[in-house]
Amino acid sequence: MIIGGNDTVLVQGITGKQGTFWSERMRDYGTKIIGGVNPRRAGERHLELPVWASAQDATKDQKIDAAVMFVPPFGVKDAALDIIAAGIRKIVCLTEHVPVQDTMYFLAAARERGAHVIGPNTAGLVTTGVNFVGFMPAFNARVFQKGDIGVISRSGSLGTLLCLNLVQAGLGISSFVGIGGDPIIGTTTRDALVALDKDPATKAIALVGEIGGAMEEAAAEYAATMRKPVAAFIAGAASPPGKKMGHAGAIVMGNRGSYAGKKTALEEAGVTVCATPNEVPGVLKARLKR
Amino acid sequence: MNFTEHAGKAVLRAAGIPTPEGILARTPEDAADAARKIGKCVIKAQVPTGKRGKAGGIKLAATPDEAASHARAILGMSIGEYQVDHVLVDPQVNIAREMYAAVLNDPETQGPLLLFSPEGGMDIEDIADEHPDALLQIPINITKGLDEESLAAAVRRYDPPAAGAITDILVKLYDAYRASDAELVEINPLVQMRDGHFIALDCKLTVDDSALTRHEPLARTGTPDKTTDLEARAKVLHLKYIELDGEVGVLANGAGLTMTTMDAIRHFGGRPANFMEIGGDSYTKAIPALEIVLANPNVKALLVNFCGAFARTDVMAEGVINAWLELKPKIPIVFTIHGTGEDEAIAMVRERLGIEPHDLMDDAVKAAVAAAKGARA
Repeated sequence: MIIGGNDTVLVQGITGKQGTFWSERMRDYGTKIIGGVNPRRAGERHLELPVWASAQDATKDQKIDAAVMFVPPFGVKDAALDIIAAGIRKIVCLTEHVPVQDTMYFLAAARERGAHVIGPNTAGLVTTGVNFVGFMPAFNARVFQKGDIGVISRSGSLGTLLCLNLVQAGLGISSFVGIGGDPIIGTTTRDALVALDKDPATKAIALVGEIGGAMEEAAAEYAATMRKPVAAFIAGAASPPGKKMGHAGAIVMGNRGSYAGKKTALEEAGVTVCATPNEVPGVLKARLKR
Repeated sequence: MNFTEHAGKAVLRAAGIPTPEGILARTPEDAADAARKIGKCVIKAQVPTGKRGKAGGIKLAATPDEAASHARAILGMSIGEYQVDHVLVDPQVNIAREMYAAVLNDPETQGPLLLFSPEGGMDIEDIADEHPDALLQIPINITKGLDEESLAAAVRRYDPPAAGAITDILVKLYDAYRASDAELVEINPLVQMRDGHFIALDCKLTVDDSALTRHEPLARTGTPDKTTDLEARAKVLHLKYIELDGEVGVLANGAGLTMTTMDAIRHFGGRPANFMEIGGDSYTKAIPALEIVLANPNVKALLVNFCGAFARTDVMAEGVINAWLELKPKIPIVFTIHGTGEDEAIAMVRERLGIEPHDLMDDAVKAAVAAAKGARA
């Protein structure tokens, strides 16, 4: 999903510990890793792949479709701007704790160049049996089996649990779309829902949301127009009110953001909202039979 | 991180926005001294929360004696979750008009949003309710910055004579927002004085926690979140821990999974004792995390829920087992473990603790809730 099976993928930060570990796993799974970027090790080879000084250097000799960033928070903005300037159209940002103004900056730059950003703070994307980009255990057969359920999640750990529950129940996953847990992200819940709705390999959708923000409400507006069944789990019903929103923030957000508001919006759109992730597979099975 | 009015006003002044030249006071005597220098003044509780006026935390004083007596009343007062330990002694200002200005991160446009209203001095929600036509909202393209000409044209519709001066303040406010990595910077009220000049009478500032380390001198002027002793211990170790009033201790990885574990405990009739997340980069910190969860005396059973993607469940489980064997707590422990490293993790729990982890999270939660109730009886 989003990053196709033939898409080539550049790894920013390929020589680091996590970059190395996950690049090997992505490549073993079938992802077309084309090489990586590390300005201090340009010209070397790592994992038998070329290392360039920048994404713009990497795209001098070839077209590259996607990039994934294993980059520390304060390095993300420049790394993303380099990827965007290189003409790479799909960007997966895994990093947590990216300053929000940096995120807003490179999202705006990406929009101007027509590039598509997933994240920040996402666990990545999986197209089961085809490829994965990020750090999801796509290769773990208990978590990922091929099937026709599309999964959307803001959280990697909770998304993993949900995929595993689907597989335990005898279902399988067409694609996993990790959108990220940050307040401002490039691909919203609604964007992911639209993509999975259009995906012919996906027959039903499991949506994992969280309290805060208004993305689930926006997704509900689209869900109301869908024919594919959607089951949702929204995390945070038992959470105490978190960081208080500023007055000005409250006016922009309105009353949206609470568990009750999200549940109501989704249910009014025909989405079944489950009390625990374990209930999701049963609901989807029943709704697919109808 | 939230900032008091006084700390926020320093950010405004650095951007060139005038504010009253107030003096901080920690005792009634200091407040009286400040009033002697300033003259007619206002005593303002310095806590980073709204409703200070309604709580009695803002008082006018005409004399040093009055300043001291107001300061005596306000110092030590509780407003929201904060206790007042200092007040700002600000000179009184001749107010002709009160306006509103703010810049904030807007998830809907995924960029900065500038707000301005010629109606200020009340909560922004009330401005939006009572004067919806008098609230200017301008989304800003952060790569290009503020477009001064179109901003000036928009402001002119609200206040033609002062449009230039207001635009100047808004441009500086946007600079302050960008320079401090603010999530929100708000001036309410933005006051036009009888001599026509503008001055920021109050300031609310919230800085993005993810950006704090690149704003070192500024970050030290912020007000740390209120924490319990255990929360403070966790914070030092960079562990995300929130103490709650339930009896089922929670140890999980990832914010989403940790919240979900708490939700499931409540769904099956129990109450979570805490939020404790050891995912992300902190997945190797299982030992100190467990020590903190167990230090809460209300915990009657512990539920460990690991689902490894990036985080390795074998590393986390080993930490928990080591800590458990060392601390020897006299409460039941329940596991459910999935994802990266699960085979090794489950085998370790079986062999070293003699416990069988649950295959389904719901079953583990039910067992932990029942165990906590049993232990309580």
